[in-house]
Amino acid sequence: MVVQTVSPSPETLDFMKEVGGEKFELCYQCGLCTGTCPWNRVRSFMLRKLIHQAQLGLVDFEDEDLWTCVGCKACVDRCPRGVEVVDIMRDLRRVIVEAGVGKVPDSLRLVAKNFAAVGNPLGEPRETRPDWAKDLGVKTYTKGTEILYFPCCIQTYDPSIQRVARAAANILNKADVDFGILGAEVSCCGESIRKSGSESVFQSLARNNIEAFTKAGVNKIVVTSPHCYHTFMQEYPELGGNFEVIHLSQYLNELINEGRLKFTKELNKKVTYQDSCCLGRYAGMYDEPRQTLKSIPGLELLEMWEYRENSLCCGGCAGRLWMETKKGERFSDLRLEQALETGASILAVACPYCMLNFEDSVLTSDKGDVIEIRDIAELVQEVI
Amino acid sequence: MEDKVRIGVYICHCGANIADTVDIQQVVDFAKGLDSVVVAREYKFMCSDPGQNMIKEDIKQLGLNRAVVASCSPLMHEPTFRRAVQEAGINPYLFEMANIREHCSWVTEDHEKATEKAKRLVSAAVKRVYYHQPLEIREIPVNPNTLIVGGGIAGIQAALEIADSEHKVYLVERDPSIGGHMIQFDKTFPTLDCSACILTPKMTAVGAHPYIELMTYSEVEEISGFIGNFKARIRKKARFVDESKCTSCGVCQEKCPWKADSEFDLGLSKRKAIYTPFAQAVPNIPVIDKEYCAYFLKGTCRACEKFCEVGAIDFEQVDQVIEVDIGNIIITTGYDAFDPTPITQYGYGRFDNVVTGLEFERICNAVGPTSGKIVLKDSSEPKSIAIIHCVGSRDENYHEYCSRVCCMYALKYSHLIKERTDAEVYQMYIDMRCFGKGYEEFYKRLSEEGVTFIRGKVAEVTDRAINEDEKGKLIVCGEDTLLGTTMRVPVDMVILCIALEARSDAKEVAKLFSISQGADGFFIERHPKLDPVATMTDGIFVAGCCQGPKDIPDTVAQASAAATRVLALISKGKVEMEAATAVIDEEKCSGCQICNLLCPYSAISFIEDKEVSRVNEALCKGCGTCAAACPSGAITHKHFTTEEIMAEIEGVLA
Ligand SMILES: Cc1cc2nc3c(=O)[nH]c(=O)nc-3n(C[C@H](O)[C@H](O)[C@H](O)COP(=O)(O)OP(=O)(O)OC[C@H]3O[C@@H](n4cnc5c(N)ncnc54)[C@H](O)[C@@H]3O)c2cc1C
Repeated sequence: MVVQTVSPSPETLDFMKEVGGEKFELCYQCGLCTGTCPWNRVRSFMLRKLIHQAQLGLVDFEDEDLWTCVGCKACVDRCPRGVEVVDIMRDLRRVIVEAGVGKVPDSLRLVAKNFAAVGNPLGEPRETRPDWAKDLGVKTYTKGTEILYFPCCIQTYDPSIQRVARAAANILNKADVDFGILGAEVSCCGESIRKSGSESVFQSLARNNIEAFTKAGVNKIVVTSPHCYHTFMQEYPELGGNFEVIHLSQYLNELINEGRLKFTKELNKKVTYQDSCCLGRYAGMYDEPRQTLKSIPGLELLEMWEYRENSLCCGGCAGRLWMETKKGERFSDLRLEQALETGASILAVACPYCMLNFEDSVLTSDKGDVIEIRDIAELVQEVI
Repeated sequence: MEDKVRIGVYICHCGANIADTVDIQQVVDFAKGLDSVVVAREYKFMCSDPGQNMIKEDIKQLGLNRAVVASCSPLMHEPTFRRAVQEAGINPYLFEMANIREHCSWVTEDHEKATEKAKRLVSAAVKRVYYHQPLEIREIPVNPNTLIVGGGIAGIQAALEIADSEHKVYLVERDPSIGGHMIQFDKTFPTLDCSACILTPKMTAVGAHPYIELMTYSEVEEISGFIGNFKARIRKKARFVDESKCTSCGVCQEKCPWKADSEFDLGLSKRKAIYTPFAQAVPNIPVIDKEYCAYFLKGTCRACEKFCEVGAIDFEQVDQVIEVDIGNIIITTGYDAFDPTPITQYGYGRFDNVVTGLEFERICNAVGPTSGKIVLKDSSEPKSIAIIHCVGSRDENYHEYCSRVCCMYALKYSHLIKERTDAEVYQMYIDMRCFGKGYEEFYKRLSEEGVTFIRGKVAEVTDRAINEDEKGKLIVCGEDTLLGTTMRVPVDMVILCIALEARSDAKEVAKLFSISQGADGFFIERHPKLDPVATMTDGIFVAGCCQGPKDIPDTVAQASAAATRVLALISKGKVEMEAATAVIDEEKCSGCQICNLLCPYSAISFIEDKEVSRVNEALCKGCGTCAAACPSGAITHKHFTTEEIMAEIEGVLA
């Protein structure tokens, strides 16, 4: 074995600092992050060691592990020193992307290209963005409309997931909410590409959206993706975009409590709920989605053994959705087992990434006849 | 002004410190030309005896009635020169110091500028001293009685030290017995002394001491007054047992049919509705817990009364409120043990065999719930035990500080476990902090006893087995950071080394005694290094864990230090009061009470019937906050009057 010099590499450290990645300095190497990280259930991922390498300026930028973190924030939540591991991983990736010191996975390169070209990860044309709502009597957002409904790219373009955006629109219509949507002028919120290290792509997506929202006179935005929720709430303000942002599961609660949504049917099903990381650990929103579910007549809510703060990620955050995860290493497969264990026949989600990953897990494990993956919006739509 | 003002000005060279930069002779000549200056001189070291004598001689010979020394910071030598002028017969407050060293020669390179600045500072001092008034330094007697609040080892130690010198101590303890946390322990690190063996003699001594008035089951409700002269109102809660009759025979507890969770055993055992918390309680007088006593709940039973041969049970007893006069107060209210329930991943409250350190102390204790047998909930002996360090400590989600005793008590547990069982012991630590005398040696000794040390903060305790070996076990998961691998350690029992935290009512206690809390909730000492037992309120001292987490040796040392400070005040018998205090002109006071709120020493009170505020001169430290804030200009800060300050400014600008 070659003895590594433990002298910090000043250049890398400087670059890390330049992109704001010096937060690793606080780490006291307790290893809680490694122990918490769900990757270590399926394969080894020595997070603590990586942070220590960063501290010493000895990061191996060719190491595939830099692309491993799913940004679920479980480690950050527990970290005794407040080390923002997810931000550090993002910044390390930035070093790779922007300084070109390592290899960016092909799948991510393609996605970044799509973002840059058409403002969505799927490479779909901008013009067809509003098409999902064609037959639903949804108006275009104009000044004075109370709410902008902003579905995520997957919910607008992916034919199998569009049903969520449609359910949301139907519900809002039913509750007589004054809302509209925007089309070709808006783009992806940019959350996943930022965490994948392409800061400039994120910046241009975000600025484009902020401009479009501002031009249209938007104040209040209802979203159906926790990723949009997090980005609009936490990351747009630093670029000057300040909007009131509500996730649909929160808003549904409000509509139900105010009596604007009335249940006319029952849903006599056992349901379990997947905490999306971006709603739960990122925003502390654990109760609202559950309250919405519990208010549905007949519905029995069962919890998986890991839930709320300790919930297990589906594996789709931080750009991982676009990268291939080997069979046997997919968190959504583990999580689906937990869901099945509860005896629930529905796994309710509030996030398009969770939905995609779980749909996939159901398919590959051939459990389609035992459990369905449904967004909370769909379940509510069914009973009103 | 009574007589004509005659000022003497003295410029100090301070060796080369001032003279190398400032042209001393120029300053002297300048001073000579100032109004009311009768004489101006220079000298190498004004603080030396010849320097002081020069001032004294002039006062006598030239009839000076004011003096200015231009030299170093008043923090250095103001007392020196005040004493000198006083010895020559003028009031010490008719003196002013100009700081031409720290404020001038040390910080100004240019000689001309430095000389100019020195002149202005001298001019300011001369103008100011013109308006100085003689002030009286008052002395007030110190009441030799002491109040100690909290009867843990800190309070016990301080009480005994003071009482042994034959001064009266009122020791107030909230619980039915003194002893605090220490009496709950089995052994104490690093010497493994039996806790009760070393503590009960002290407890008994407190109970029997002619100079200690022990008030248990009591709380302080109000404090008024100031150093040397406090008044405390103490509520002695009704025990429903007449202390003068009770013989501590214990029959009442035997016969009482009603049970509740024992607080002393942390709910691991039951006690009766009439109880003493533990066998060696001091005083050994039971209390009746109204929440569980059938007589208080339903009006029947009275079994204890029937069996008490001396007729000590008194259901009619009421709380007593007692007022005592004291000169000093020592706060020794200790700590709370951190509740690990919020750290959901450790499963406390969810898994039977995840216990806290304090619970484990009781489990180890020969008179504890398991008679000292280290057993699981189902009474079987554990084959393996994991000890998790830093639970709630060194963790900014809970407490950022290190609790300082956990590494050591964790090691203590290793020993106790090895001594009494065949169990494997795992220490899951981040850093071993064994800093005290004999602590590293203890660590070494324990390393030889076959304990496994794993470096890594535990991520999770789960009962979800993934293989046969893990079935029915608690699996402790995390990273072994030294190996750089994740680990799953199946064990039967998990001990959480919980943090020490500030008492949940520390805020109220701080307010009651006018002391401050740090961000971590513990009481703040006057100076973290040089005055770790005094507080910002004179006459009130802190000792033990109420000031911060610490072990018993440090607690005892601090308690003794606090006792010494109190004894020093008692032996001196009097305290000097700051003379430069604030006074409120009641004619001008609008009663807005802004000053009351701002005063950091709670020295200003509002006189309801006159609707004005008034300064308690004994509490006033002369900080000037109130005078600056008073919107009606009703507050004069003696020695810092508007006249004096304006004159000083004029002098600088002249
Ligand atoms: C699990 C554990 C094991 C430990 N083992 C050891 C060891 O082996 N060796 C060692 O050196 N140290 C050990 N320690 C540390 C030790 O407990 C402390 O150093 C010591 O108990 C501090 O004593 P104290 O008097 O300051 O506080 P406490 O023991 O907390 O006593 C405070 C007393 O004040 C009373 N009180 C509180 N508030 C009020 C109020 N408002 N009015 C009236 N009374 C009040 C309380 O009832 C209590 O009796 C251990 C700590 C823990 C948590």
